[in-house]
Amino acid sequence: MIIDPIALFLLLLSASTPILFAALGELVVERAGVLNLGVEGMMITGALAGFAAAYHTGNPWLGFAAAALAGALIAMPFAVLTQFLLSNQVASGLALTLFGLGMAALFGKPVEGVKAPAMASGPLDLNWIVWLGLGMVPAIWWFLNRSRAGLILRGMGENHDAAHALGYDVRRVRIAAIAFGGAMAGIGGAFISIATVLQWTEGMTAGAGWIALAIVVFSNWTAPGVMAGAWLFGGVTVLQLRLQAAGVRVPVQLLSMAPYLATILVLVAISARQKFSRRAGSAAPGSLGQTFHALR
Amino acid sequence: MNRRQLIASVAALTTTSLAMPGWAQDGPLKVGFIYVGPVGDGGWTYQHDQGRLAVEEEFGDRVETTFIESVPEGADAERAITQLALAGNQLIFTTSFGFMDPTINVAAKFPDVKFEHATGYKRADNVATYDARFYEGRAVIGTIAGRMTKSNKIGYIGSFPIPEVIQGINSSFIHARKVNPDVEMRVVWAYSWFDPAKEADAAAALLAEGVDVILQHTDSTAPLAKAQEAGAIGFGQASDMAAFAPTPRVSSIIDNWAPYYIKRVGQVLDGTWTSEATWAGIGDGEVVIGDITDAVPAEVKAEAEALRDKIGAGEYHPFTGPLNKADGSVWLAEGEVASDEDLSSMNFYVEGITAEIPQ
Repeated sequence: MIIDPIALFLLLLSASTPILFAALGELVVERAGVLNLGVEGMMITGALAGFAAAYHTGNPWLGFAAAALAGALIAMPFAVLTQFLLSNQVASGLALTLFGLGMAALFGKPVEGVKAPAMASGPLDLNWIVWLGLGMVPAIWWFLNRSRAGLILRGMGENHDAAHALGYDVRRVRIAAIAFGGAMAGIGGAFISIATVLQWTEGMTAGAGWIALAIVVFSNWTAPGVMAGAWLFGGVTVLQLRLQAAGVRVPVQLLSMAPYLATILVLVAISARQKFSRRAGSAAPGSLGQTFHALR
Repeated sequence: MNRRQLIASVAALTTTSLAMPGWAQDGPLKVGFIYVGPVGDGGWTYQHDQGRLAVEEEFGDRVETTFIESVPEGADAERAITQLALAGNQLIFTTSFGFMDPTINVAAKFPDVKFEHATGYKRADNVATYDARFYEGRAVIGTIAGRMTKSNKIGYIGSFPIPEVIQGINSSFIHARKVNPDVEMRVVWAYSWFDPAKEADAAAALLAEGVDVILQHTDSTAPLAKAQEAGAIGFGQASDMAAFAPTPRVSSIIDNWAPYYIKRVGQVLDGTWTSEATWAGIGDGEVVIGDITDAVPAEVKAEAEALRDKIGAGEYHPFTGPLNKADGSVWLAEGEVASDEDLSSMNFYVEGITAEIPQ
């Protein structure tokens, strides 16, 4: 009854890929100071667009490209609402989720019941998209911490008025970030439809977008933290199922609780660090979720 | 709709039905359906909607059907069912286990409306229940699974540990072991009826354990997709899932609600409807075994079809003794057949399954 840890880790990598993509995208969006609760809507849009494109062209790669494009496009109404019309970001994000779910259900009717083309897998029998997701982690870390563009984006998230006073175009950067977040969520959703399920069904993302949002908080707004969170959430699911399959008697409820308990513990640790040390602990962007209106 | 409007409409409706007893016969009979998932789920709800369409086809202008999809189980269901009753539906089908109490509650307020609740056990004068003997189908695909496995390990993805699902696990295991005494069963609970990503993970976990035949009691095609990657086989669940034929989907269990829906709507039309509990199976055409593909050897196919026909003709019950419970105690003596009460409260595995049912 021994579970091979390497095999388990490989399962975990696949299982955590959709939320890893979505959470990395949302990380960049939130670092720019925008709270987009529409992750679930963008994921399901990507899942449908990607699946439809892969099915009609027979090429899964075109599917993923279409998913990224569709995810970015569907995020645009949100960008217009929050950046130009100064709408509330929470409400607009929720609307984006509802809109995405409904629209995907409507336009998904013609591709119900058909199957996606098979995809060749990469090294270690893992899908190439899994590798791409892993590659995105250092890439986004580098962008946010080492590149000039990333520093500007972060500055905007910390204090949009200051960034504006320095002459940066807050709107343009934020719209780009929202589009990037949409594209990443779209790829994450398409991974479910093209690589995991191979079919389109309504509501197939089943709440993954909400977990991605939670992971961004868990990560304390860092790319390695997002990866850790995605692995924890994905890993516990896989471990739990794997233990069941091996016939080990596990209290399923306890394991299901574990990621949420871990999130609470991490948050407690962060706020304790904030309280007892001089260094600022939480990396939550200062302007997160606030509406930006250039007065001058 | 606010409360005042609601009360007003209830009053109006009651008056109408009191004043004009023959009202229902004047226009088409309005029939409503409440679905737990989207019509496009490709499984459970899709099949119920096929039943609805069959009713329209059968009765044409004499009926008018409506449905509300993706209704969550619980308090909100009561609102949706009330809405259908207020809209003048004379017969309302509520198609998921979790709609049981809401159906009973709404039915008490609308004594002139007839209700049909799927897979539940609470009835009233105007509430009937109906269910399908899915375990009969499980016996057939369990036979195929037992013959087809090379690793002698078959996997089962369960949704929730409720009697309906446990019947399926036991039935498929009993019949797999009947044709292959070395077979072992691995069970994984997904705690969801429909969560493609999780179902895929569950299938992957089973495959990593060496399972090469996967049975599922969850509604998405994700386990089939995983089985295909690994060269394993599986079965369509609730609907045919023919996109995955001829392999990994080698056969399927199809829920066919059309005959029942047509029968009951017909009874309302001619005034012979009564509240009763229906539990139909292969013999009534409510549980259908989908086409067994050429990936299955001809003799196995013949064996499975013979079993199907025997069950359908009522010559064989999938739960016939001698059968012991997993703890070794005697459940059914030689030749004894399980009663419906036993089945509808089943909360134990039969002897040979080493896993434990989560409590």
